Amino acid sequence: MRADLDPTLPARARAAVVATRVVNALSRRLGAGSGTVAGGHVGLAVDPRLLEHLAAGRRVALVSGTNGKTTTTRLLAVALEGSLGRVATNATGSNMPTGHVTALAVAPPGTSAVLEVDEGYLPGLVGTLVPEAVVLLNLSRDQLDRTNEVRMVSNRWRRALAGSHTTAVVANADDPLVVWAALPSAKPIWVAAGLSWRRDAVGCPACAGRVEFSGAEGGGWACACGFARPRVDVALDGDEIVLSDGRRHRLVLALPGRFNRANAAMAAAAAATMGVGWEESLRQIAAVGEVAGRFSVVEVGGCSARVMLAKNPAGWRELLDLVAPGERPVVVGINARVADGKDPSWLWDVPFERLRGRQVVATGERCRDLSVRLHYADVAHRTVRDEVAAVRAAWMAYGGRTPGGRAADDGAAFGSADVGNAGAADVDFIGNYTAFTGVMSRATERTCA
Amino acid sequence: MRVSLRVVVVHPDLLGTYGDGGNGVVLAQRARWRGIGAELLEATSDGPLPAGDMYCLGGGEDAAQAASAERLRADGTLARAVERGSPVLAVCAGYQILGRTFAAADGRPLAGVGLLDVSTAKGTGRRAVGEILAEPLFADLPVLTGFENHGGLTVRGPNVDPLARVESGVGNGDGTDGAVTGRVVGTYLHGPVLARNPALADLLLSWATGLSLEPLDDAEEAALRDERISAVRARHAGRGLLCLGRYARSVLGRS
Ligand SMILES: [Zn+2]
Repeated sequence: MRADLDPTLPARARAAVVATRVVNALSRRLGAGSGTVAGGHVGLAVDPRLLEHLAAGRRVALVSGTNGKTTTTRLLAVALEGSLGRVATNATGSNMPTGHVTALAVAPPGTSAVLEVDEGYLPGLVGTLVPEAVVLLNLSRDQLDRTNEVRMVSNRWRRALAGSHTTAVVANADDPLVVWAALPSAKPIWVAAGLSWRRDAVGCPACAGRVEFSGAEGGGWACACGFARPRVDVALDGDEIVLSDGRRHRLVLALPGRFNRANAAMAAAAAATMGVGWEESLRQIAAVGEVAGRFSVVEVGGCSARVMLAKNPAGWRELLDLVAPGERPVVVGINARVADGKDPSWLWDVPFERLRGRQVVATGERCRDLSVRLHYADVAHRTVRDEVAAVRAAWMAYGGRTPGGRAADDGAAFGSADVGNAGAADVDFIGNYTAFTGVMSRATERTCA
Repeated sequence: MRVSLRVVVVHPDLLGTYGDGGNGVVLAQRARWRGIGAELLEATSDGPLPAGDMYCLGGGEDAAQAASAERLRADGTLARAVERGSPVLAVCAGYQILGRTFAAADGRPLAGVGLLDVSTAKGTGRRAVGEILAEPLFADLPVLTGFENHGGLTVRGPNVDPLARVESGVGNGDGTDGAVTGRVVGTYLHGPVLARNPALADLLLSWATGLSLEPLDDAEEAALRDERISAVRARHAGRGLLCLGRYARSVLGRS
């Protein structure tokens, strides 16, 4: 992707763009990294206001939240591309300003941009980039040995968005911390996107009281102080998106799971605020089968595995719900490196009990911690430290049969909307961050993407 | 079934940051695996604390910790249960609030529940974050392994014993970890601590039931313990060698 320098940029910003591109190309050539962070650092050193300059004249949308931001960023970019042409977007894992600089430095002037943003950086970027739309997915606890106060993040978002009068905020109405952040914004669009992990949301952000949830997920919530779930503009009803004016749009996805239907609804709602019609964006979104490898089917250890990433209790809940009704063996991979959080105590916040009765293999550098957790959940399992060997062991334990024959049965078990491209997989693999990337780096061939 | 045991996890909505609810799961399962009926109750902070046979408290953030302490003091159930001899396991923030005083977010001392003769102040240095190993000082327990993550320094009064002597890590901040009075046990170890130290779980269970418990097959726990204990000791040995090497180089360099 070679783009000419934007002649309207100030001289200093032009120099910074050149520096960014050169350093990224060098770092890629030297194999020092994916070539998205180092250049951004240098570019920002040359011109601290580089992002502001690069964003001028572009239509920008930002996506943030604890879970689903990589997927939603991709879905929104795809939704816009049909109408707006190529869209600049950041590579996975580069969701801080250095990554944003790199994404914009290689994009031709005037290209629209959809950027995934780390929760902590969102307030600053709302100020510098003046986005047309901001998508707020959810807020819950993440890597535990990093200080992460979700309540504080919600307040910081709130202050930033209250001052941004031209930004449409597409917000999850089912997450009180997201609603708190979006409420004072000029143009909130409320989407009933669900919230499977409520434990971080029971303390009312508006008073010292307690948020009460009524009924199942997607039900209402309210605090005695009057802070309550707003009337929603966009809701999910099975395989349809329902708008507040009664219009319905069919939602067909190659990606599996309720949470991905919610991500798609958020992305399409944001696209609608940017002038792309629902039917058009949902048609584009339908074709996305994997996002940065997640939910793809890869060849590992001589068999095929559907690979999934979960980074925190909320994400694990969603994926366990997805795989639990299935039939194929489940391999769970846990590491505890810096990127994962070095304390795997959070395993006890995850309802692994849902895997009872399934063929389960525990793997990864912290497979022993997982094994103890599964033991207390009464989940019979084997423990195989090496991830690839674990996938193979799971497949062999299941009989080492080739895929294909079971696909139809699995489809019935998942419900038609949840099959995705999983029909061809022998094994389901769910890993936390470095366990997932470890398997991906050792996968030999993608059978489906 | 000889006994039916009620395990209460105290205020998981306030003290549930580090998976410490798992301590309740471990206690209930280890009872059930021995044929003892066990019920696990998650007692959220919006209601009175229910009566139980044993109680677990976990870690939490500053504001949540203060709210929990205030409710427990007003409620009184926990103090009455301790008087009756019910075992209590309190971890991290839960441990701090069972003391005489603990620190608010701004450092101000707040009144604790007063079940342990300890006081906790905000530390001035870096948070203690990492693996911790500690040698228990009572009941003939094997070495305790866990993960700590706290900024508090805890000082013991005359009416309380330390739980353990720290081999690696920070704990209370004076070379010991935790505190024990009667059947109330406080510690800084997450993990959850009972998943990584089943002997401590069984000690609490024997206190609660009055039974001497037959051993269980703890193969998974033993494998995890071996791995964590040797990982910490290997890192220590590595650091020792590194220091020795630096020392040798400085001596040789000087001559
Ligand atoms: Zn309120």
